[in-house]
Amino acid sequence: MTDFPHTPPRQSWTFSNDVNAEIRRAAATGIYDIRGGGSKRRLPHFDDLLFLGASISRYPLEGYREKCATDVWLGTRHAKTPIHLDIPVTIAGMSFGALSGPAKEALGRGATEAGTSTTTGDGGMTEEERGHSRTLVYQYLPSRYGMNPDDLRRADAIEIVVGQGAKPGGGGMLLGQKISDRVAAMRNLPKGIDQRSACRHPDWTGPDDLEIKILELREITDWEKPIYVKIGGARPYYDTALAVKAGADVVVLDGMQGGTAATQDVFIENVGMPILACIPQAVKALQDLGMHRAVQLIVSGGIRSGADVAKALALGADAVAIGTAALIALGDNDPALEAEYNKLGTTAGAYDDWHEGRDPAGITTQDPALYGRFDPVLGGRRLKNYLKVMTLEAQTIARACGKSHLHNLEPEDLCALTLEAAAMAGVPLAGTNWIPGRNGF
Amino acid sequence: MQVFDLEAQGLRALNATLHALTGQTNETAWEIVNPRGSHAIAVGVDAPVDITVRGSTGYYCAGMNKQATIRVKGSAGPGVAENMMSGTVIIDGDASQYAGATGRGGLLVIKGNASSRCGISMKGIDIVVHGNIGHMSAFMAQSGSLVVLGNAGEALGDSLYEARLFVRGPVKSLGADCIEKEMRPEHLLLLADLLKRGEADHLAKPEEFRRYGSARKLYTFNIDNAAAY
Repeated sequence: MTDFPHTPPRQSWTFSNDVNAEIRRAAATGIYDIRGGGSKRRLPHFDDLLFLGASISRYPLEGYREKCATDVWLGTRHAKTPIHLDIPVTIAGMSFGALSGPAKEALGRGATEAGTSTTTGDGGMTEEERGHSRTLVYQYLPSRYGMNPDDLRRADAIEIVVGQGAKPGGGGMLLGQKISDRVAAMRNLPKGIDQRSACRHPDWTGPDDLEIKILELREITDWEKPIYVKIGGARPYYDTALAVKAGADVVVLDGMQGGTAATQDVFIENVGMPILACIPQAVKALQDLGMHRAVQLIVSGGIRSGADVAKALALGADAVAIGTAALIALGDNDPALEAEYNKLGTTAGAYDDWHEGRDPAGITTQDPALYGRFDPVLGGRRLKNYLKVMTLEAQTIARACGKSHLHNLEPEDLCALTLEAAAMAGVPLAGTNWIPGRNGF
Repeated sequence: MQVFDLEAQGLRALNATLHALTGQTNETAWEIVNPRGSHAIAVGVDAPVDITVRGSTGYYCAGMNKQATIRVKGSAGPGVAENMMSGTVIIDGDASQYAGATGRGGLLVIKGNASSRCGISMKGIDIVVHGNIGHMSAFMAQSGSLVVLGNAGEALGDSLYEARLFVRGPVKSLGADCIEKEMRPEHLLLLADLLKRGEADHLAKPEEFRRYGSARKLYTFNIDNAAAY
């Protein structure tokens, strides 16, 4: 019998091992996959943009000699007391409940030492973060857990959350494992239940109502506090325009790489747009309304480095917010904990079951034995270091582009490595003056 | 009695004046005239004062109230007494959508009817409605009591947590996870107190009501309840 060559086993691209594993998991458990974090897809991102740097036509500034300012004012449109930050990198909203008390304290410590703000989340304001945050933004969410006028007044700004990048149009769920006595008391819920967060605000719908809601919050706080409106990256042109129309001082725009404490994986990976595609649309809305820089724009979703900060600002943002990167700076997903991640069936860098409350780093847990491992002073120092490095990196790039302030960066300083990034960011493909979609082609 | 003409003096001056009041104030009685349906009237008050609004109000009247007693001698727009912390708010007429939304304490009395989503996401507030309430009332209601002397619309108490609902008239339909429950003696006592405080004890007796609450089947996710989510 002749032994003919055989066709080697061939895996399906459509039904890959990962896809098949998820089908088997769903069939065995009867529940969709819930996880934390943001999109893990390869998406068009800031990596696909490059700065051109100075040349004969532009003078660079001398590194470490000539000043490149980094400060930012937020809330100058209507608030009696706008916020002034030393650096344009803020800490995004993350709840006590999703995060441990010591982790919230560390975020406050690090942000304050670096001269920036931190933000509450869907669980009310804790003493840890108010006490350790010089500038604290208080989120006003559909669930209104812990909402009260005293905390509104002791906040430095109010952020009305309409949506977030990981799940535009979606609510949240904090699984029972993390509803400890303290979390349950703050949210006025029975201990240990799966807590659902609504996807819509209970007492307003649409932009006309939002305008009245903003009026109410301004009246309660005597027009002192800047009012931000946070939107998920879905229809950034129209959502930004409507937020401005409703009276927002600041628009916070979160792309699909932005993290969440817990949501369906199918939601995270299939709803919303990458932040790169969102920023130019939001900036255009502000420009069309004559409000660019008058209403400030904070962008988030996958900001990792000073280069990302500089690129976001060059596209027209006033500041950025970081969440996932801040947690990594605190110690989340650290390879030093690899053995413990292995026990949870995962590996450092991939751990995203934050909702289960078993985080060995003590950050995304309410287990006293686990969060007791986390040192908020050390965590705060690490975050401060990271924020300072990001700022220095952004300054380095800005000086190379001849800018004396990070806000002087502009789209003309950028080119794109891919057609997709060129079209989304509205900057030329590298080596050409072609911006796909502009001038009719 | 301090009289404040809202049309002449403006909303900002009104709320700034009311916010300046403290527990020691001697100016404990206020009358607001010419409200003309304005939004955000008497929001964020935090003093044991008595405020009467002579006319109907727009959105969010008495929002986040603490301590004050606020009476509206007319009807109230959407979100009256939203997120109230304590005190009492009494509406002589009807209330629009979201009355008492997310309220954490105090008492809201509506002597007319309340529209849809009355008591949505309530977190400890007590609400007494002399008339009927609209659809989706007490959606995701967490705690506190909602008393309705009239009828309730569709999907009462959908996705309810631990709030107690008492309705005297017919309920068009119950929402997901909301069921009728036994009225025990302690509930009759509670209801009698609520009717008295809600200025309704001359209109109805506790025995005339039925009690509704959470079946608690949605407290932990289960794929076999998917149709209810």
